[in-house]
Amino acid sequence: CFVYVDLRLRKHIYEVLAGVVVITSKEAVQHQGISLTMEGLVNLQLSSKSVGVFEAFYNSVKVRDPPWTRIKVAKLVPPFRNENKGHPPQLLLYTLRCDMRRPLLAKDLSKTCEFMLHCQPQKSKVQPSPVDFTISPETLQNVKERNSLAKFLVRGHLDATNCVITQPLTGELVVESSEVAIKSIELQLVRVETCGCAEGYARDATEIQNIQIAEGDVCHGLPIPIYMVFPRLFTCPTLETTNFKVEFEMNVVIVLHDDHLITENFPLKLCRV
Amino acid sequence: MRGSRDTKPGKHARVRKYGAELQRCQLEATPVEQGDYHPLKPIIVTDSRSRRGGRKGSTSSSSSSSSSVAMDPLSSMMEGTDPLSLFAAASASEVPTLSHSSSSVELGRKQRENEDEVGADFEPWSAKRGEILSRFTTTEKLSINLFMGSEKNKASSPSSAVSEKVRTRLEELDDLEEGSQRELLNLSQQDYVKRIEELNQSLKEAWASDQKVKALKIVIQCSKLLSDTSVIQFYPSKFVLITDILDTFGRLVYERIWSMCSDPRPQPDSFSVEDVNDTAKETCLNWFFKIASIRELIPRLYVEAAILKCNRFLNKTGIQETLPRLTAMIRGIGDPLVAVYARAYLCRVGMEVAPHLKDSLNKNFFDLLASFRQIHSDTVQNQLVIQRVEIPVYLTLYSPAIHWILQCVAYRAPDVLLTEMMERCKKLGNNALLLNSVMWAFRPEFVAARATDFIGMIKDCDEAGFPKHLLFGSLGRSLACADPAESERLPILNEAWKVITKVRSPQDYINCAEIWVEFTCRHFTKREVNTVLADIIKHMTPDRAFEDAYPQLQSVMKKILTYFHNFSVLFSMEKFLPFMDMFQKDSVRVEVCKSIMEVFIKHQQEPTRDPVILNALLHVCKTMHDSVNALTVEDEKRSLALLINGFIRMVSFGRDFEQQLSFCVEARATFCNLETVIIQLIHTVNQLAMETKRVMGGNHSRKTAAFVRACAAYSFITIPSLTSIFSRLHLYLLSGQVALANQCLSQADAFLKAAVSILPEVPRTISVEGKQRSSEAFLLDFINSFLSTLLVVPDHPEQGVLYLVRGLLNMVQDYTWEDNSDAKVRVYISALPLLAAMSQENYLYTIPKVDSNETLYGGDPKFVAEISRLCETLIGQVLDHLKTLGREEGVRRQGSIAFALFSVLLAHGDLRNNKLNQLAVNLWNLSHKNGYCETRTSVRTLEHIKQQAQQPELSHLSDMLLRLSLQSRA
Repeated sequence: CFVYVDLRLRKHIYEVLAGVVVITSKEAVQHQGISLTMEGLVNLQLSSKSVGVFEAFYNSVKVRDPPWTRIKVAKLVPPFRNENKGHPPQLLLYTLRCDMRRPLLAKDLSKTCEFMLHCQPQKSKVQPSPVDFTISPETLQNVKERNSLAKFLVRGHLDATNCVITQPLTGELVVESSEVAIKSIELQLVRVETCGCAEGYARDATEIQNIQIAEGDVCHGLPIPIYMVFPRLFTCPTLETTNFKVEFEMNVVIVLHDDHLITENFPLKLCRV
Repeated sequence: MRGSRDTKPGKHARVRKYGAELQRCQLEATPVEQGDYHPLKPIIVTDSRSRRGGRKGSTSSSSSSSSSVAMDPLSSMMEGTDPLSLFAAASASEVPTLSHSSSSVELGRKQRENEDEVGADFEPWSAKRGEILSRFTTTEKLSINLFMGSEKNKASSPSSAVSEKVRTRLEELDDLEEGSQRELLNLSQQDYVKRIEELNQSLKEAWASDQKVKALKIVIQCSKLLSDTSVIQFYPSKFVLITDILDTFGRLVYERIWSMCSDPRPQPDSFSVEDVNDTAKETCLNWFFKIASIRELIPRLYVEAAILKCNRFLNKTGIQETLPRLTAMIRGIGDPLVAVYARAYLCRVGMEVAPHLKDSLNKNFFDLLASFRQIHSDTVQNQLVIQRVEIPVYLTLYSPAIHWILQCVAYRAPDVLLTEMMERCKKLGNNALLLNSVMWAFRPEFVAARATDFIGMIKDCDEAGFPKHLLFGSLGRSLACADPAESERLPILNEAWKVITKVRSPQDYINCAEIWVEFTCRHFTKREVNTVLADIIKHMTPDRAFEDAYPQLQSVMKKILTYFHNFSVLFSMEKFLPFMDMFQKDSVRVEVCKSIMEVFIKHQQEPTRDPVILNALLHVCKTMHDSVNALTVEDEKRSLALLINGFIRMVSFGRDFEQQLSFCVEARATFCNLETVIIQLIHTVNQLAMETKRVMGGNHSRKTAAFVRACAAYSFITIPSLTSIFSRLHLYLLSGQVALANQCLSQADAFLKAAVSILPEVPRTISVEGKQRSSEAFLLDFINSFLSTLLVVPDHPEQGVLYLVRGLLNMVQDYTWEDNSDAKVRVYISALPLLAAMSQENYLYTIPKVDSNETLYGGDPKFVAEISRLCETLIGQVLDHLKTLGREEGVRRQGSIAFALFSVLLAHGDLRNNKLNQLAVNLWNLSHKNGYCETRTSVRTLEHIKQQAQQPELSHLSDMLLRLSLQSRA
């Protein structure tokens, strides 16, 4: 006999994860209990060079206690409600597994389903933190021959680095002068995840969005708006715990016509209000 | 009927007293009191009133009659206005225009609402579209780059060994699938347009098949093409093509979300945010998030602008907030051309979605001014050098976009704002480009009032930049619609023409001159226009430059004709005819001639004899006529003939009839290929003869008699040249009547004889409006009207009695009628009333000063007997025919012919004659034998007979009545 177990989750439900377990079978099914397991796990994709170094603690991270509960259901199509009030960050992978244990000679059946969590808004008020910046050959770090650089001056400001995740990042940027024509100006949003324990830590930075705000040799002296909407699926409020951190940074990248890159980094603090 | 009891033996026809009969038939006239109601009375009143007005207005008779036409007797019968015009008036008042000033609150509110919308006075984008597409073209090869997959695919290098052509072909194989890369190279402009249209189609298909992501990808890729400025002279057209796709996309998204929120019940167009359900909002938000994450600036900008309207689903202030943000975003576009078109698109979308948000329109313009110097930046210059595009050409690429932006900005903007904008433009260096758009887009009245300032500014412009003739062109365009102050007009014209005349390229010159001709015609006299024409001729004649400028030259002609309706002034312009000579291509020449003639016919109020006009127009008409050849289509001939006829009708030499005739002779020689014109000429000459008669009061002098004979001769020799047989027949008859009326007996005789002699030539079928139809009905009509004329035609002294009637009947007998046709017999039957009328003592009608047969024969018994014999023969023929019909399957026809003959006998025959009486009764019975007779007609006939029988002289009819019965009903 064939028995299928299916999980159907209702979307956009906050605080309560609800849905049904659907068991399809042609004849009566015998089982020794159906269980739901919820698991949250951090999936670190380490770059090739760091594999050896951090393998030791990688395993230890994996066993972080998942906030799971078990509910036994007897009905054939049992609806379930799973109270869940955690605040874990979004990029953790959450799975819900349904197992049906069956008597001898029949295989246990299981089905897994991913879901995402939106954490609840924080009560605290966000302090606006405007930043003014100036980029010129003098402000650059890690430059070998400062004298050989073409002259340029870019000024600007960000309205805030403490950002509300649902509001766009805004600011302005003025190219005051540039000897070499500008090819493009981009905003790069980077997510930095740090995992660590006593033995050491792994830091992984990923570009999650790149927005071009200027193309070609823009008019000098005219303010260009900085405007970026945070992508819903790839951002979450900044998270800092003892052995797990999720942080965000924004780079203003100026590409010159001779393909030189000028980058200015801004750490961001995201929160949900 | 020899044995009749009649006092005049041998006479079949009953004696008619036409006068008494007329008296009996007439209605009794009763005088109407002033206050009485009479349905026709108001007409008389209005008619006389309007005629009085007509006389006051104009001396010509034609105009007075046309003014009385305007008074509709039906409408004047009505109480007040008629219901239809009441409705029309009501609907017209529902659309308040801005100029409509009313203090009422209601109207004021409407007006305010109106300001939020774009009125009809705003020239829509669709009007510009075609112009841009046709103006900005290229012969260079274009390419389309589409990367439907992720950005990484871009890395696959095109430097593979496979040749480009093969690669293109291979790529054409895979469709716009996920991850496919497509690069189309070496496309001609047509191919390019086709490809873009294909993309538009695949967008719609993708959308219809629910592949929303693919649709978005197509749109992104398309808008990405707008960042590419290679083949820069094609850029404006590319913009038009691609924004079409964006418009499609914007509409699709909007309609989809709109249908989502109209799920339970359809939403009105003016929905508010509260009416939108969560699903629709979520979907809409999703779109905006997707678009916000587009990496590249230009696609992100364009696609968001395309779905700007969808902000209405999210919140009230969405559009208001988005527009300024997008406006600022454009500052990030480095290439000035790309940026200015992006601004134009944003303004376009803004005008459509939220026309009341003027601020972002203005901001767009000010940003444009702020970044204006980019146009002269090194990056742009280098690009132009590489593409080998000259600065003036490059600058004109901006015009459509800047025009559009300024048009949006200037739309219903206060003068103060416009003045401020103008001042700002003035401050910039190299502002010719802006100046041009200002003149183009701002209200003509605004420009016209400052025309002198503008001329000054144009003069100050850099020679090497934007072409000056274009600047003057734009100025001229404004001045053509709005008038500058009276005192400035001449200096303006002088200043402008000073520059225009210096333009080297004939094409540029004529483009500009064409525009200024309107201004010249509008405000100045023929002297200035003549000068302008002379200048045009001087510029366009060398190297036959006019050959490439026919459309412009035609437009010049059209403008002159719009303002100069007085043809004697027009043709007295020295340079007008030389100007016409520049139209050397036949088709164009004819077009021009036609337009001249159309204006002439429309505006010439009174007939003319002005030799200047006549000579010139004869020349014009001759040109039109000479264009007719074997290949000319019928419609073209007809329209040409119509125009020439209009001219001929307008020629009048007043009392100088001889000159009029000689004009007709000349015209006949000139227009010999157009039959309709020849017919018109014959009519004109006939009319001339009648006019002569009227002037002479019916008594021709020796000289006028000779003249009318000359007219007759003209007709007589002209008619045979016509090919249409019926035209010939009718004209012979008509000319015969005219000749008779003018006492030219032998001429009349000749006409009628000629008509009879060509009768056998009438074909059995003729072509009517392209269809072959039997000619029988036409022929019968003609013969009937011919017969009625014959009553007054006196017999020729050298020919026998009733020479023409006999001749006609012989022709009818010999004519090969259609098989199974009763036409011949019907002619015989209709000849009987004529013969009856001829045997009366006093004829029903006569022609003054022409002795008809009544006087010639004076009721001579021999003459009457001759008529009777003829009648007998005819009746015999009819009876024979009836017999043959009885044998065949023609009983229905037999009945109808028998009844027709019965009716004729009843009306015209003397039924006291026993034989005739018996014949009539027999015919009645025969017609009712087979029951095909219409009972109602029979009953009415019987009633008629009963009524007739009450008259003493027709009392015998009551006896006959007893013998007539409605057998068929039994």
